[in-house]
Amino acid sequence: MNLQLAVGATALLALVAYALSGGADLGGGIWDLLASGPRKREQRALVEQAIGPIWEANHVWLILVVTVLFTGFPPAFAAISTTLFVPLTVLLVGIVLRGAAFTFRAYDEGGVAVERRWGLIFSMSSVLAPLMLGAIVGALSSGRLRLGPAGEPLGGSMAWLSWFSAATGLLATALFAFLAAVYLTVEARGELLEDFRRRAIAAGVATFLAAATAAGLSWRESPLVFEGLTARAWSLPLHAVTGMAAVGAFWALVTRRFVLARFLAAAQATLIVLGWGASQYPYLLVPDVTLASAAAPPRTLALLLGALGLGALTLIPSLWLLFRVFKRRARVADPHG
Amino acid sequence: MTHLLAARWLFGMSLAFHIVFAAIGVAMPLLMVIAELRWRRTGEPAALELSRRWAKGVAVLFAVGAVSGTVISFELGLLWPRFMAFAGPIIGMPFSLEGFAFFAEAIFLGIFLYGRDRVSPRLHLASGILVAVAGAASAFFVTLANAWMNHPAGFQLLAGQAGEIDPVAAMFPAGWGEQVLHVLISSYAATAFAVAGIHAFHLRRTPGDPFHRTALATVLPVAMAAALLQPISGDLSARRIAVTQPVKLAALEGHFKTQRRAPLRVGGFPDVATGTTPGAIELPAGLSLLAFHDPDAEVRGLEDFPRERWPDPLKVHLAFEVMVALGSGLAALSLTAGVLWWRRRSLPTQPALLRALTWAAPAGFLALEAGWLVTEWGRQPFVVWGVLRTADAVTPVGGLEVPLVTFAVLYVFLALVTATVLRRMIRQTSAAGRSARGWSP
Ligand code: HDD
Ligand code: HEM
Ligand code: HEM
Repeated sequence: MNLQLAVGATALLALVAYALSGGADLGGGIWDLLASGPRKREQRALVEQAIGPIWEANHVWLILVVTVLFTGFPPAFAAISTTLFVPLTVLLVGIVLRGAAFTFRAYDEGGVAVERRWGLIFSMSSVLAPLMLGAIVGALSSGRLRLGPAGEPLGGSMAWLSWFSAATGLLATALFAFLAAVYLTVEARGELLEDFRRRAIAAGVATFLAAATAAGLSWRESPLVFEGLTARAWSLPLHAVTGMAAVGAFWALVTRRFVLARFLAAAQATLIVLGWGASQYPYLLVPDVTLASAAAPPRTLALLLGALGLGALTLIPSLWLLFRVFKRRARVADPHG
Repeated sequence: MTHLLAARWLFGMSLAFHIVFAAIGVAMPLLMVIAELRWRRTGEPAALELSRRWAKGVAVLFAVGAVSGTVISFELGLLWPRFMAFAGPIIGMPFSLEGFAFFAEAIFLGIFLYGRDRVSPRLHLASGILVAVAGAASAFFVTLANAWMNHPAGFQLLAGQAGEIDPVAAMFPAGWGEQVLHVLISSYAATAFAVAGIHAFHLRRTPGDPFHRTALATVLPVAMAAALLQPISGDLSARRIAVTQPVKLAALEGHFKTQRRAPLRVGGFPDVATGTTPGAIELPAGLSLLAFHDPDAEVRGLEDFPRERWPDPLKVHLAFEVMVALGSGLAALSLTAGVLWWRRRSLPTQPALLRALTWAAPAGFLALEAGWLVTEWGRQPFVVWGVLRTADAVTPVGGLEVPLVTFAVLYVFLALVTATVLRRMIRQTSAAGRSARGWSP
């Protein structure tokens, strides 16, 4: 078995898991910011209740991506940290403010005004973080990030910023908002459910537009992704399946099959991330850093895989328990599920 | 400010901030579990109340710990990309394993904090125990990484590149046990004294309050045990670095000249220019005794090592003295409390003791910060001892002043807010306690 590929695939899967869980938590924050209408308060309360017990566990997926990257592909981690210094730092500020403000809002006994202030910080940083995350992922494949002979970032510290990375930033934001709204339709009741159903459909349209824009821009700005999107043997089937998931999710939302919609939305997000990973293969940082050029020695990779396997053995039952405790009630209540 | 200095300030600041919440994350779950067990054994309502109230505080502290820890895991690459490129394949393992400990911690903390009414009492208690174990495990793994930086192992250096990498050997370098032990005990000591101080303060204002009495009776034994073990474990650490990092030992003792019957210097200000430590009280043969348990042992001084390998002895010695002074003070306070407890056969609540405990509230955390400064400053000028210089590990990205100022503002803000939120919680607690006393028999 190819060890490098296995570790790289594990990192990609952890990223998928983060998008599906932590990404949706960020999406919840976006709906907090966009809460509107007569049920504004209820919308916010539902978001808070939905992510309160689980967001810290979901967040660990991102840390796992980082540790797998720096153990398995250390020079890639160094190159990414150097060339993407600015968006990573902004992402960190977003992550810190999001988590802290969310918790302060829940626990600060300082009254309504204080609560509103924390809510604003929480929701604004929930927009900032996915914008940066998406831009970072887009920039990785843009081919604009290169290191000089002394390991310095060529093209300055803003080389990551382009129309393409802006579009991928928006794509991630829309996708997370879509995921969150779809998940929330499963947890909401009555009028509140209608609110999130409408929001899910709107966010689905936004996701589609952002994806189309990013795909179009990739023709000019990220040839590798464009090739992955169009020219490889697996491109067409992958698109077909992703598109089917997306259309299916819409259909399920329209026909009120919310549990199915949740499944299809998650499948769509998974396929988007996997599709990005596949079109970027074998590069970690286009065009200079590949899985092979950055891989740690085989012994490290093998041990890392072993550790990840052992970890998964403890993690999966624990996660199952967590979601069973906090998400079970919701599942029973869906008439179409 | 130079580029390197900005990076060091930013990283040191982030860690100094994170370590407070990390230590709390290690120790508070244990305290909550003890309170929970106490409630099940005695049925005291105050013990249940305690577990609930502590849980609310921990929810806030844990969130700040999680986000500040995330900052560090990214900053390892943002600030020290060459260190990570070198060290990643060697010591990435403990960090990855730590990731699973974080998962366990976050998952079971979620169940423990939010699931009291949703899961069985057995599962609830088991979750608490798992959080306590996972917290200790994350401290264990990350300290292994630090122990490796102090005593690199598990690879061969070939033309500046690491070869023959053995991540398992790297996980357990000489001294790992001593360091892990010391770090773990320090987390319990620092947290338990901080908690004891808060409840002692309230007990002085509302003598006999059952809530604060129960709290103090729960936390004080942990604080005392940890504080009494800490100097023993510190002695083990010192004897270990006498062998593995003699230049660090010389710096932290302000010891310049290699000699037999080396004296122990208490206080004083190491002066690199003159090679002396004026102002110190010298205990004859004390250092030889402590470092090698032999009054005639030879202890190597700084002058035995090339000048460019010295850490700054002034900073390291002062930080060390602060840690040892605070540690000795806490141990003495614990002994006193223990004697009082034994003589009374019940929780000692003499005003003088409560006052001393109140004053001692920050001492554990100050000692913990000072101890990390000893380790980190004492390793300079290397980031990986003897192998990679800090100056060679720093990022080539310029303009670090911007994130430095940004994060400084962010940390000050978070610290102030966390303190305010906790103060409001505690104030509410005591108000609730007072009204409860109004109608309770
Ligand atoms: C509550 C906190 C606390 C207290 C009371 C003490 N320490 Fe400590 N000490 C730490 C908290 C700490 C620490 C923060 O946990 C450090 C930093 C890195 C480490 O391994 O532990 C540390 C490091 C540290 C080191 C350096 C180890 C290394 O670099 O590998 C030595 C030699 C000692 N300690 C010795 C002592 C002695 C002799 C104490 C006597 C009272 C003492 N410590 C009390
Ligand atoms: C296991 C945990 C830790 C790891 C892996 C670690 C790692 C590092 C690294 C890579 C550096 C930068 C290079 C250097 O200056 O040597 C550093 C510096 C530093 N660390 Fe740590 N560290 C750890 C714990 C801590 C803690 C808990 C503190 C809290 C006080 C701390 C305080 C500092 C400071 C102040 C510096 C700057 C050193 C200087 O300016 O001289 N470290 N550490
Ligand atoms: C000896 C020093 C350290 C100790 C004892 C320690 C311990 C802990 C503990 C117990 C937690 C979870 C509890 C809490 O959040 O309050 C935690 C969180 C965290 N730490 Fe540290 N840590 C140390 C240094 C570091 C370093 C050097 C890194 C960087 C790699 C790091 C990264 C993290 C991360 C990412 C989290 C968040 C985990 C989550 O989301 O739950 N820590 N740390």
